[in-house]
Amino acid sequence: MNIVACVKQVPDTEAAIKVKPDGSGIEEAGIKWVMNPYDEFGVEEALKLKEKFGGDVTIVSVGPARALETIRTALAMGADKGIHINDPALEGADAYNIAAALAAAIKGIPHDIIFCGQRAIDDDAGQVGSVLAEFLGIPQVTFVTKLDVEGASIKVIRPIEGAQLLIQSSLPCVVTAQKGLNEPRYASLPGIMKAKKKPVDVKDAAGLGVTVAPKAKIAKTLPPPARPPGKIICGEEPAEKARELAKLLREEAKVI
Amino acid sequence: MAKGVWIVAEQRYGAYRKISFELVSAARKLADQLGEEVGAILLGSGIEGIAGELGKYGADKVYVADNALFEPYTTDAHAAAIAKLVKEQNPSILLLGASAQGKDLSSRLVGKLATGMATDCVDLKIADGKLISIRPMYAGKCNGEIVVSAFPQMASLRPNVFPAVEKPKTAEVVKFDPGLDPGQLKTKVLEVQKDTSGKVDLTEANVIVSGGRGMKGPEGYGILEELADVLGATVGASRAAVDAGWRPQKDQVGQTGKVVSPNLYIACGISGAIQHLAGMGSSKYIVAINKDPDAPIFARADYGIVDDLFKVVPELTKEVKKLLA
Repeated sequence: MNIVACVKQVPDTEAAIKVKPDGSGIEEAGIKWVMNPYDEFGVEEALKLKEKFGGDVTIVSVGPARALETIRTALAMGADKGIHINDPALEGADAYNIAAALAAAIKGIPHDIIFCGQRAIDDDAGQVGSVLAEFLGIPQVTFVTKLDVEGASIKVIRPIEGAQLLIQSSLPCVVTAQKGLNEPRYASLPGIMKAKKKPVDVKDAAGLGVTVAPKAKIAKTLPPPARPPGKIICGEEPAEKARELAKLLREEAKVI
Repeated sequence: MAKGVWIVAEQRYGAYRKISFELVSAARKLADQLGEEVGAILLGSGIEGIAGELGKYGADKVYVADNALFEPYTTDAHAAAIAKLVKEQNPSILLLGASAQGKDLSSRLVGKLATGMATDCVDLKIADGKLISIRPMYAGKCNGEIVVSAFPQMASLRPNVFPAVEKPKTAEVVKFDPGLDPGQLKTKVLEVQKDTSGKVDLTEANVIVSGGRGMKGPEGYGILEELADVLGATVGASRAAVDAGWRPQKDQVGQTGKVVSPNLYIACGISGAIQHLAGMGSSKYIVAINKDPDAPIFARADYGIVDDLFKVVPELTKEVKKLLA
C-alpha cells in the first residue's frame, strides 16, 4: 500500500502570537515550530498502515527552508522519503494554490491513501485536503477518527453534530485526520539518525509545472478584539457568591 | 457578471439545521447593501415542502433538488450538484456553515469552483462592492480580514455567531436538475450512529459548562452535569481533562478540540491555557470559577468567582433552579 502524508510546519499550540504593527502578518521571531498536530495523526496512521500492509510512506510538505525539519521529524517517525515544495510564491498562499502544488507532486508517485490534517492550526482554514482530492479527482473523507482498510476500499468513522457516521470510500482517497484517530509515536533516537539519510526531493512551483495565481489573500491581520474587563464577584461564602452570579447572569447578561 | 448572494442550506431528514437561518439572514444583510438578491440552495430527499420556509429569513429564491441520493449527505453528491448550479447561475458570493457538513462541502467546492474561501467567519462586511470576511486565525489568537479575488467569493460562517433574523419574503422555489450520475459517487454512508445522550453538540450549544484539571477526576464532573441539566447546557472539557481520560475526546474545547461560541461559557477549574482560550474566546459571556486568583482565565472572564468550585457550583445550581422555577 502506497501512502502519502501531507504535513505543514506551524507555530506550537502554546506559542503566543503577535501581530505585526502594520497588520501584514505575525511576528515569526521566537516562535517554536512544530508539525501541525492534525498532520501528526495522519503520519501515524500512514505508518500503522505500512506496518500492516507493507509499502511506502512519502511525506509531502509546502513551506520555506525550515519546513525541512518537519519533514525530517516525519521521516524519523518512520516514513520513507520526502518531497519538500519550497517556493516563495507559495508562502502564505491560499488553499487552492497549495493544493495545486501538492497535487502536482503527488500525481507523480503511486498513492492509495493520502493523509492530511483536518486543518492546520495556524490559518485554521481546513481546505487543502478537499481541494487536493478535487485536483486528483478522487473522493475525500474528512475529520476521520477511525479507519479500516477492507480490500480496495476503506471504512471510516466521521463524527458530526450529535452522531457519528460510518462511511465507505473507494481508493485512492484523501483522508483528513481528526484528533482521536491514534496516538502519534515519538521519533526514536535510531529513527532520528536514519532520517538524516532518507531522501528528500526539493521542488519549486515551476519544477512541478504549477503557476501560482492567488484566489484569496489575508488583506490584514489584526489582534483579537479586546474584551471589556470582567467583574470579580466578592462575598463571604460560596453560596453568597453563587447567588450574586446567578443574579448577574439573569439580570445583567440576560443569558439564563 | 457575477451577481447575487447565495447560501447553501443545511438540513437533515427534512429538518433545517439552525445554521441555515443564520446563513440566510447574513446573506440578506449583504444583499441589501449590494442591492442584489438572496439565493439559497437546498438539497435533500423529500424536502420540496420545506423550501419556502427560507423566505421567512429573507431568501428571494430557493433552488431545490430533490433526490434520494442526497440523503444522507455525501460530499460527492452534494458538491457535484452545487458546483453545476453555481457555474450556471454565477452568484458573486456563496456562504456555507462552518458545521461538520459545511466544512466538508465548502472546501470541496473551493476546488470545484476554482476560487478562494474564508473559513469559520465571525463577521462579514462589504467594501467597494467586495466581500471582506473576518475570521479568527491561530484559533483566535489573532483575526484575519480575507478578500477573495475569484468568484464566487466564498465564506463559511461559524455557527451561533450570526443572528437569525426574520425578514419575511415570499421565496420563489425553483427546481433544478442536479445532473447526478450515480456512477460518480465514490463514498457511501453505511450507518448513522446517533448520540443518544440527547445533549446538543458543543459547537451548537447556547450554554456550555466546562471543567478542567481542577475537577480532580472524572467523578468531579457530576456537579457540572447537574448544573448543565438545570441550564440546558452541554458539558465541555479542557485538553488536560481529556488527555487524562476523564472525558471523551468529543468534549474537548480548545485549539486542538472544538471551537465554540455559546452565549454563556462557564469555565470551572480551568486555568485558561492559551490553547483553551483559543477555543472559547468568541463566547458571548464567560464565567470563570477557580480557586487560583492568578489563573489567566480571569483576564478573559466577564464574571469571575475565586473560590472552591466544589462549593460554588452546587450552590450555583440551586440558585439557577430557583431563578428558573
